[in-house]
Amino acid sequence: MLDDFFIRALVAGVGVALVAGPLGCFVVWRRLAYFGDTLSHAALLGVALAFLFEVDTTLAVFAVSVCVSLALVALQRRATLSSDALLGLLSHSALALGLVVLAFMTWVRIDLMGLLFGDILAVSRADILVIYLGGSLVIAVLAMIWHPLFAATVSRELAEAEGMNPDRADVVFMLLMAVVIAIALKIVGVLLITAMLIIPAAAARRFVRGPEHMAVLAAVFGALSVAGGLFGSLEWDTPSGPSIVVAALGLFVASLTPLARLASVKKNSTPMSERGAAGK
Amino acid sequence: MNMLKPAEPLVSLDNAGIRRDGRWLVRGVDLSVRPGEIVTLIGPNGSGKSTTAKLALGILKPDHGIARRRDGLRVGYVPQKLSVDWTLPLSVERFLRLIARVARDDIEAAVARTGIGHLRRAEVRNLSGGEFQRVMLARAIARRPDLLVLDEPVQGVDFSSEIALYELIGRLRDELRCGVLLISHDLHVVMAATDRVICLNGHVCCEGTPTAVASSDAYKQLFGARDGPALAVYEHQHDHTHLPDGRVRHADGTITDHCHPGDGQHQGEDRDRGRHDATGAGDA
Repeated sequence: MLDDFFIRALVAGVGVALVAGPLGCFVVWRRLAYFGDTLSHAALLGVALAFLFEVDTTLAVFAVSVCVSLALVALQRRATLSSDALLGLLSHSALALGLVVLAFMTWVRIDLMGLLFGDILAVSRADILVIYLGGSLVIAVLAMIWHPLFAATVSRELAEAEGMNPDRADVVFMLLMAVVIAIALKIVGVLLITAMLIIPAAAARRFVRGPEHMAVLAAVFGALSVAGGLFGSLEWDTPSGPSIVVAALGLFVASLTPLARLASVKKNSTPMSERGAAGK
Repeated sequence: MNMLKPAEPLVSLDNAGIRRDGRWLVRGVDLSVRPGEIVTLIGPNGSGKSTTAKLALGILKPDHGIARRRDGLRVGYVPQKLSVDWTLPLSVERFLRLIARVARDDIEAAVARTGIGHLRRAEVRNLSGGEFQRVMLARAIARRPDLLVLDEPVQGVDFSSEIALYELIGRLRDELRCGVLLISHDLHVVMAATDRVICLNGHVCCEGTPTAVASSDAYKQLFGARDGPALAVYEHQHDHTHLPDGRVRHADGTITDHCHPGDGQHQGEDRDRGRHDATGAGDA
């Protein structure tokens, strides 16, 4: 079955989406969209370094993402620039550095478009293995730190005051982000990874009542976007990575329409009437 | 000296201070809360009440002095502010179990005590200020804490709700036998059940017990005798005055910056100090 490139693309894409959904919820809740962007831009530098030192691309991207996260934490502690400016600095410097390093290696012929926008149709069986092994690891670890991570997302001080250790959860979460970016790079490319994290989560928000619910629905919406995008790209001969993101955008826009509101209001009708009774 | 008293304190600060950017936020704070004791922190805005509570909770680490918490201390914390973003789908039910995994019975008891049964399925971000205060209190008490820390719990709550909330805190103290550290926004009127009042302004200005409202005609007139029992008046005993420039004038007229050397260069702080003088002019 995996002989067909399209099936391989579908399996790989869905695998990434299932992991990106739950993690993306935290990106949305914690307002880390730009942080995700920074890590994914830095991924290009990771790819360049992988060619330079002839190491595994996924590993190099993971390593660079971790370094960039640590650099950000260190700079935030001592520099006078705002986090926002620091992220912009790191993000674009890493992207530019990656492009420059790639240009220096004249002996390497590289598909830059594939790196920037993904090359999902070229995934191999080995890639699928990496995605599903890495993905399962991410989901397992996320489930383990879910409780403290979510508590710290709502209120860091509350979690700290009542004996949790939000710092540890934060560090683990940062590592998970780096893993997801490393494995998603091939699917949607440097420029569109953040979209896979954020858009399905944002589309799920209107339909859910609890955080766990939102994580599951974001994964489902992500998988639907991958399927929709891939079939669309096959049908209309459009680039696959961007098509996936466009499909996700379609879901998000649909979630804003009156039809979707009808669905969510219906689901929420009981508490709404209860709240009415409470005199609100 | 705290050690000589019968019950071991749940939490104690010993000459604790914290510095940020070369400025002491609070300094030389001694404070302890024992089981069943209610300690109220008062002081003007920016005087370091929340900072002191965070030192006691261990959210902030003291740069000077010591903060001690009893081993295995269970804390229930009601922070001053907690904003829940629209993107976070968080129901009251889920919020009650946010930190500790609490037994169903304890949740039921906390919900009943705070009267939030009708709000359980509501989304946290849709609650009014008063409703959210009660939900936060329910969450804090559900785990049966040894120490309850409340940062301005009556802020933005109307007067009769304030009385009700104080009565509830008093009952909780009796039922759970927990220590309570309460931060109050009011400089003169405090919860009547308070065992000790500590007035802060960058350091401990004065300390004492409140006077029952019943014995103060002025407050009886103001609030009516009916509401008396929950509230009490605190009469400051300051031996010094905070000047608008941040220095301190002592009873004998000498002016020093002794309470927190190197402080006083911050505009916002100065304004607050000025207000403190205005409200407490007769105290010095």
